[in-house]
Amino acid sequence: MIDELLLEWRHRFVSMWRKPRVDLPLFGALLLLMGIGLVTLYSASDLDRGQVISQALRFVLGLLLMAAIARVPPLTLRNWTPWLYAASVVLLVIVVVHGEGRGANRWLDLKIVRFQPSELLKLTMPMMIAWYLNGRPLPPGWITLGAAGALIAVPAALIAKQPDLGTALLIVASGAFGIFLSGLAWWRIGVLLGAVAGMVPVAWHFLHDYQRNRVLTLLDPEADPLGNGWHIIQSKIAVGSGGLWGKGWHHGTQSRLEFLPEHTTDFIFSVFAEEWGLVGVLLLLALYVFIIARCLWIAAEAKDTYARLLAGAISMSLFVYVVVNGGMITGVLPVVGVPLPLVSYGGTSAVSLLAGFGVLMSIHAHRKVLAG
Amino acid sequence: MRRSRSMSRFKPLKEGRYEAVTFRRRALAGFLIIVACLIALGTRFAFLQIDQHEEFSARSEANRVLTRPLAPARGLIYDRNGILLAENVAAFRLEVSPEQVHDMNAMLARLGDIVSISDDDLTRFNALRKGKHSYEGVPLRLKLSEEEIAKFSTNRWAFPGVDVVPYLTRSYPLGEEFAHTVGYVGRIDENDLGNLDKGDYAGTTHIGKTGIERYYEDRLHGEVGYEKVEVNADHRPLRVLPDRLAPKPGENLYLTIDSHLQEAAEAAFEGRAGAAVAIDPRNGEVLAMVSVPSFDPNPFVNGIAGADYAALLASEDKPLLNRLLRGNYAPGSTMKPFVGLAGLELGLRRPEDTVLSTGEFFIPGQSRAYRDDVRGGQGRVDLVQAIAKSVNTYFYSLALDMGIDRFSSSLGRFGFGQQTGIDLTGEGSGVLPSREWKRARFNQPWYPGETVIAGIGQGYWVVTPLQLANAVAIIAARGVPHTPHLLRAAQRSLDAPLELLPAPPPRKSVIDKPADWAAVQQGMIEVVRSGTARGVDADFPYPIAGKTGTAERYSRTGTEWTSISASPIERHQVLFEAFTPADDARIVVIVALEAGRSGAHDAAPIARKMLDAWLPGDQQRQARAAAATAENAP
Repeated sequence: MIDELLLEWRHRFVSMWRKPRVDLPLFGALLLLMGIGLVTLYSASDLDRGQVISQALRFVLGLLLMAAIARVPPLTLRNWTPWLYAASVVLLVIVVVHGEGRGANRWLDLKIVRFQPSELLKLTMPMMIAWYLNGRPLPPGWITLGAAGALIAVPAALIAKQPDLGTALLIVASGAFGIFLSGLAWWRIGVLLGAVAGMVPVAWHFLHDYQRNRVLTLLDPEADPLGNGWHIIQSKIAVGSGGLWGKGWHHGTQSRLEFLPEHTTDFIFSVFAEEWGLVGVLLLLALYVFIIARCLWIAAEAKDTYARLLAGAISMSLFVYVVVNGGMITGVLPVVGVPLPLVSYGGTSAVSLLAGFGVLMSIHAHRKVLAG
Repeated sequence: MRRSRSMSRFKPLKEGRYEAVTFRRRALAGFLIIVACLIALGTRFAFLQIDQHEEFSARSEANRVLTRPLAPARGLIYDRNGILLAENVAAFRLEVSPEQVHDMNAMLARLGDIVSISDDDLTRFNALRKGKHSYEGVPLRLKLSEEEIAKFSTNRWAFPGVDVVPYLTRSYPLGEEFAHTVGYVGRIDENDLGNLDKGDYAGTTHIGKTGIERYYEDRLHGEVGYEKVEVNADHRPLRVLPDRLAPKPGENLYLTIDSHLQEAAEAAFEGRAGAAVAIDPRNGEVLAMVSVPSFDPNPFVNGIAGADYAALLASEDKPLLNRLLRGNYAPGSTMKPFVGLAGLELGLRRPEDTVLSTGEFFIPGQSRAYRDDVRGGQGRVDLVQAIAKSVNTYFYSLALDMGIDRFSSSLGRFGFGQQTGIDLTGEGSGVLPSREWKRARFNQPWYPGETVIAGIGQGYWVVTPLQLANAVAIIAARGVPHTPHLLRAAQRSLDAPLELLPAPPPRKSVIDKPADWAAVQQGMIEVVRSGTARGVDADFPYPIAGKTGTAERYSRTGTEWTSISASPIERHQVLFEAFTPADDARIVVIVALEAGRSGAHDAAPIARKMLDAWLPGDQQRQARAAAATAENAP
């Protein structure tokens, strides 16, 4: 028994080195993206090597995690899914009870590492939805939909309560994409969207004042240019002044002179747009489109519903990051703390994203294995 | 298959192939939605980066670049020989950037323990703050002492937003001597802010308040420059951009004043209160102007302490009063040459006509006696003797014959009763007695008795020493008036050549007949040679023409004239006017003393000392001119 196990693990370990189980186009695109991220960060941090190295280390950590997850067969992931989901929800509850963080309770201090449990949900949420739908007749009916909705709503509500609307939104989106990809009838989608639209006034009632301000500011940033409007205005100035070709690397005055707040994290896209112009922006967006397309391709090639839905939901979530962040810095969406994937400075986000790509790599690597 | 189908009625089975197809369709739909959204996002970027690029570019520049005014260096002031009268010296001031101060009042209180800050400083600081951005430095204390700088430097950390800033401050090396001529600059206050161009004075803290500093403010100030500074979001300057407009320094001004002469004149007063002025009658250049006692203008530059200022104001000698411009003197006998000249010009007298002085003069039909200086009279005198011996009766009768209207219009030609137009502000205009003036001032008719005393420069007469100097200069120049002025030349920059002020167009002589002038000049020469001021010209190489003036310091109570001073040596306001050489005058001197025994006794010696101080330079210039003429005429 033990011998067999040992043999099996030895076999796996050896094969890990012989056959790189990564999708090379996706891997290459990710490396390119991370490279762009580091170069932009170097400029945005005003040539602070420390920040760049620390971000690079996180990338390395994330890549290792990605490689590790890529080894785990989707079947194993599927079996772990309910437990992982349950664990992350429990952590969320702990955070809500006693967490720490600036202004919002998002962080869990594990003495060794501080991390945001909500980041875990970015992965466990689509896993859970995929797991659940995998066991249900598809396309889903109202009952399935209701149960899936509950699975999404509980953690989302906990995160929104922290309050971290941006992450809550991303998590809802990742779950919703799972349901969408499972073939939920278009008319049901229509009904749902209608209901959501109807809920907006109610949701407005539950928003914090600062969250409402962000939305109101979006409508008229110039009303309070030095206060609430400052972020949006300065970001738009950064983007707009970049023009077609940009001001050149490390020539972006908006970030270098600190007019642009959060210019290494949430607003790093503004720095990129200022320095590389529209041409750079379009190329970057194209790179994201390529990554998303490749991920969806991998999803489509997967052999079981769980893997497909999981891969599809993860890839489509990526798009939400890009659109919400891009919309925020160009002043069409309210300021919510959504990073630009693999470009914004920040540890947990990069690691959780790369872990997600690890899942995709795993699905890709095991595409020929028939799921049980 | 069958089993599964039959089972599906109760529990639908997973249909792998169907689900894969559905997924592909959905993935494609999702991808199209994604692409659509990203295209929308790209469009948004294009809108900002192409359509609105110019606007945002401008705003980015406006964010980044702060335009800082560069104050021009104020022009220097020299005397005619290039002796520095006003200069700029390096000093340090304390500046506060309000934006960086959390609790201004608490900070100022703490700062007050280290560096003395007066209430005046605070008032000015608060006034200046209003007009500035909160990130701009506002001067709080000027001219810090070295000790204060050292004390503040050690405590700097406790005062974020407070900086010691170097600047140029005005200094008057000759101090008191030129306080009434050059004047002084002072900090721009709220009154000034209303009048001046904010752009031009953007970096300037001081403005001319009095004297030349004020009159030629426009020339002295220069033009403001700008530098563009890259700032960060906290308005902290990071670097100076190459785009810079250097300030244009103000013009250096060369005055007509000869500071040696000025010094000699001041010394000659020996601490007595009064005024003296020397003018070149050929062109109106003021060679010296003294008003004593004076004051040190330097403390005024950076704000004089309230107590010191109060002491100056309260001082009995009135050091702040510019006696030359605003001192009111009864001209007394100094007016006689003018009255005599008017009599000749009007045809009322010929030079040889005589009048009998009996010691008393009566208006026909009136019993009031108008006295001569000498009891019993001075006998029969013609014009020359009347001027030389200052015989009142001659001028009583002449004035009466002339009548007040002809009197005032004739004397008005010499500039009495009006400002001379010198290039200083705040000039008084004195009083030329006239029917109109009295009507306007007192709403009373004119009485012939007032004409009589006006004839000897008494009564309503008021002149400023400058007016008198101007009038004597007109006589000295045989009737040709020249507006007295202090500015001789200007220099646009340190290396630029001196630009002499263009001579004003020549004016017509106010004297019709040269013979009339000659008679009066003869009288004035006799004053010095044999008359009231005889001896003043002792050992002087040029003939001097002069006239003394001694007016009692009267106050008028009802119709009686009462002396207000008992002491004989302080009883009179004394004056002396002179020009030399008498035929070809190159200098006119006026000396006015507030208190003295007589013009001849007290004022004339001061005038002589001034002439002595002037003489060596004049002789040099004459010798040089003679040599040049000899060279040009081979």
